[in-house]
Amino acid sequence: MTTSTPMGFGRMHRKEDARFIRGRGQYVDDVQLPGMLHGAILRSPHAHARILSVDTSAAEALPGVKAVITGETLAGLGLAWMPTLSKDVQAVLATDKVRFQGQEVAFVVAEDRYIARDALELIEVDYEPLPSVIDARTALAEAAPVIRDDLDGKKDNHIFDWEAGDRAHTEAIFERAEVRVSQDMLYPRVHPAPLETCGALADFDKVTGKLTVWCPTQAPHAHRTLYAMVAGLPEHKIRVISPDIGGGFGGKVGIYPGYVCAIVGSIVTGKPVKWMEDRSENLMSTAFARDYHMTGEIAATQDGRVQAIRVKVLADHGAFNGTAQPTKFPAGFFHVFSGSYDIETAHCEVTGVYSNKAPGGVAYACSFRITEAVYLVERLMDVLAYELGMDPAELRMKNLLRADQFPYTSPTGWEYDSGDYPRTLALAMEMAGYDKLRAEQAERRANGDRRLMGIGLSFFTEAVGAGPRKHMDILGLGMADGAELRVHPTGKAVLRVSCQSQGQGHETTFAQIVAEELGISPDDVDVVHGDTDQTPFGLGTYGSRSTPVSGAAAAMVTRKVRDRAKLVASAMLEVAPDDLEWTKGRWSVKGDPKHGATIQEIALASHGAVELPEGVEGHLDATCVYNPPNLTYPFGAYICVVDVDPDTGQVDVRRFIAVDDCGVRINPMIVEGQIHGGLADGIGMALMQLMAFDEDGNHLGASFMDYLLPTAVECPSWELGETVTPSPHHPIGAKGVGESATVGSPAAVVNAVLDALKPYGIRHADMPLTPSNVWRAIQGRPIRTDLAIT
Amino acid sequence: MQVPARFEYEKATSVPHALALLERYGPDARVVAGGHSLIPMMKLRLAQPEALIDINDLRELAHLRVEGGELAVGALVRHAELLASPLVAEHFAILIDAERVIADPVVRNRGTVGGSLCQADPSEDLAAAFAALKADAVVTGPGGSRTVPLRGFHQGPYETVVEPGELLAELRVPVRHGAGSAYEKVERRVGDWPVAAAGALILIEDGLITEAGIGLTAVSAPGFTAPEAEDYLIGREPVDAVFAEAGRRAAAVCNPHADQRGPADYKRHLAGELTRRALRKAARRAAED
Ligand SMILES: Cc1cc2nc3c(=O)[nH]c(=O)nc-3n(C[C@H](O)[C@H](O)[C@H](O)COP(=O)(O)OP(=O)(O)OC[C@H]3O[C@@H](n4cnc5c(N)ncnc54)[C@H](O)[C@@H]3O)c2cc1C
Repeated sequence: MTTSTPMGFGRMHRKEDARFIRGRGQYVDDVQLPGMLHGAILRSPHAHARILSVDTSAAEALPGVKAVITGETLAGLGLAWMPTLSKDVQAVLATDKVRFQGQEVAFVVAEDRYIARDALELIEVDYEPLPSVIDARTALAEAAPVIRDDLDGKKDNHIFDWEAGDRAHTEAIFERAEVRVSQDMLYPRVHPAPLETCGALADFDKVTGKLTVWCPTQAPHAHRTLYAMVAGLPEHKIRVISPDIGGGFGGKVGIYPGYVCAIVGSIVTGKPVKWMEDRSENLMSTAFARDYHMTGEIAATQDGRVQAIRVKVLADHGAFNGTAQPTKFPAGFFHVFSGSYDIETAHCEVTGVYSNKAPGGVAYACSFRITEAVYLVERLMDVLAYELGMDPAELRMKNLLRADQFPYTSPTGWEYDSGDYPRTLALAMEMAGYDKLRAEQAERRANGDRRLMGIGLSFFTEAVGAGPRKHMDILGLGMADGAELRVHPTGKAVLRVSCQSQGQGHETTFAQIVAEELGISPDDVDVVHGDTDQTPFGLGTYGSRSTPVSGAAAAMVTRKVRDRAKLVASAMLEVAPDDLEWTKGRWSVKGDPKHGATIQEIALASHGAVELPEGVEGHLDATCVYNPPNLTYPFGAYICVVDVDPDTGQVDVRRFIAVDDCGVRINPMIVEGQIHGGLADGIGMALMQLMAFDEDGNHLGASFMDYLLPTAVECPSWELGETVTPSPHHPIGAKGVGESATVGSPAAVVNAVLDALKPYGIRHADMPLTPSNVWRAIQGRPIRTDLAIT
Repeated sequence: MQVPARFEYEKATSVPHALALLERYGPDARVVAGGHSLIPMMKLRLAQPEALIDINDLRELAHLRVEGGELAVGALVRHAELLASPLVAEHFAILIDAERVIADPVVRNRGTVGGSLCQADPSEDLAAAFAALKADAVVTGPGGSRTVPLRGFHQGPYETVVEPGELLAELRVPVRHGAGSAYEKVERRVGDWPVAAAGALILIEDGLITEAGIGLTAVSAPGFTAPEAEDYLIGREPVDAVFAEAGRRAAAVCNPHADQRGPADYKRHLAGELTRRALRKAARRAAED
């Protein structure tokens, strides 16, 4: 691997790593302010209970306690409830009822963390436990307790019904199809579990009236605007600083009650207040992901041509509808579920329900629920292959969209920008030695080998980089992003962007984009992000948006600078702008390449005494806003090989081949790192991760003892490949890759395990395929992985 | 961040000093060794001791040696030390097998053998390994030392025969020449507590089993063992069918509880399957010896 710095795209070490490796990162919890106080949250032990009384007197009397804030305190300020990103409301601190275990009930502000925590034990809350809705499949039953009686006239737990595609056409195809297969499947509730939990440090300055909030947010500008709209604080008096973030994965998009509590705590005490959540709080109360109960159906011909696909989904949104996605899309981008295949028609119906669990649903690198969509279609393809007795690779090859069909409009209205799917699948199969693997499997089966071998495939198409703003907004804020580029007199540059890295390496990648467009070294470009006082407005980093949107903004703003540089160069060189041509880093006279000026010389001149041409006031600096014309559609083919011990149920992932096509790769090393992480996620979800609840609503995955993250031991040495199909509408042809592997890999692992179990006549089993679940599947026992094991 | 409740802290400089401190602070004091079980419980406020007596400086509890035909393992021996010991590897493959799958390197660097056994978690691996080896525990108190068979050391989940004011000093394991031993565990992920695990010790003379030890954990086997299955093995040939039957008998004494690691019948099944596998591997090792 080269370590020298490329003058643009190419492999280079991450600029941010020096500080992370040396322990010099600056996370919210590292920020210390003079006089800072500490907050702690009292949480509900019950899934559903009426609050009869809250007595804070003993806590208030504890020396060192500065304030105890309850729902009642907040109600007085009009802040007991806050709007969610899905146009619902969520309790900041409970007033009437608690609606999930772990819900916020009171907030203590004290001199240190120990006292704050001690004080929680002195708060007395009198609860009257209520029957709860734990099994989402019972949420709409007549007898189900009504969770959201705070909403006017609410008599059930129904949130929304939503559909996409052509119902009549789909029904017609199904009616006359030669083959119809149906499969129930649950994409269980999981959690992104970033290593840095959530938290906030709020500092309200009574003298200037300025509120500064340090908070690990993926969308600092959206937070600022929402604080302004909700709390009525003037927006120019709010500064949100999102410093280094220890992982976000979509779990740090929304505003959590603790943030509001820290702000109120600072306003009430006049001191900075820091609140950092602990691990269990993070797992119990912040945005979970998925929880989709799906019934998928596929219609095909006898020889394996897929004609139609449809699905009914019961979506468990928890106690408040707080999914973080473009507001017009209550099921996110789930309706891209026709996947990578040439399918005539498709239809989906999604019903969202309340349950007595934490709110969320859109997180964990899901590209607004494309994880669920890909899992559905990729599992259905295998189920169909099983029923037809066909090889799953052959079935996929037969149905994949062909290169000449792009741009392709899907049956649910998506316009896929570019792709050559068969080429990518063929490469993955070649890397895997697919035929040899199948031969080995056949031989082992024939020999009665007790260890079962399985081969699983998945082919995914992602849709990332939302907007366009016309179609996509969050609470009315259009999904576009700004960039600002300053070039100092010596030719060094500072790029300011509205998105915020949670570990993706923006400080390197974005510097490389500027470097590529301006012909300077990435070392000469500083990337500023995560501070609303220092960066232009934009919606932030999630849904793999950064490169498709902010990356495009970075390229476009650099081109503006380059164009200004051209005007300055024409003045310097005393030729008409049209007589100049650009070679990386330099404008020179056409036909006379020696006669020219470097970008550094031009930068100095633009700040100097040269007579500047019409239209240039001075400096090269520029700003821009990028409103994407369409989403970008990265895709890939994954193949997983597993060995299963049927006597213990243990699964060993032997190999994993991943061929990703994310268009142009800016820094291939960073791209590969993103893929490695996502593949590990896939193994985690497929084999071990799960948040189940017992019948009383107790969270059974509220620590890392119970909620398992995969380690290097469970991961094989990844075998990566690439094809490059540039996005035709993106300025540098890049497509975004942050979530691809998380979206695409779970299905490959599950398909591999089920392929191994095929001799037992098993067609499907739900994630996670833990040893006990594999064993139970072999016993032929039905499993509900979302409920407690009994 | 999780923070513990208030507590006093004392660093003991010798065993008598530790015992004196325990007496001074009374039953609400706790010994802290590696702290890998106790500190998390304190942070979660499941444990709120008034004082911690730190025994990490007590070198006299950190020995690992063979004396008088027995392996003596001081209570303060770290998991990592046991795992790295050539002496242990020579005589007790089962302990190496077990240590390899206990927690992760960070926990193993600090966590101690004594702390593991005194924590008395019902899923604890070393309890099964030492039960299979029929080890003895030496407990020290103000009135001197007493020796307790490991199989009678645990009184129930999180309870042992170590009284307040006492310390576990060491474990003693007879060295049996020619014996083979092994440990088999099913975990959901590396570093996880066992779904179920079994350890086996086997001595073969003239083609017949003359001594057998079986240890089981996470499956509520009384005393972390299965004596009836051990008895069954004596005098029989070390063959698969015999091991399978011993496995069935071992599974029969288990009374596992369902939890998110698996339902009861799966765990019982594993108890049998893993006993069988551990016996087979132990026998193979005995033969190789
Ligand atoms: C992430 C993680 C994973 C783990 N995985 C496993 C696993 O897979 N299998 C497994 O078996 N264990 C596992 N453990 C448990 C680990 O083995 C124990 O935490 C550790 O070894 C206990 O030893 P310690 O020295 O840290 O005990 P401490 O935490 O210091 O003490 C534990 C208890 O024993 C008491 N105590 C300690 N020493 C003595 C003594 N000499 N005399 C009397 N009382 C004493 C203490 O007072 C306390 O009550 C895991 C732990 C962690 C944190």
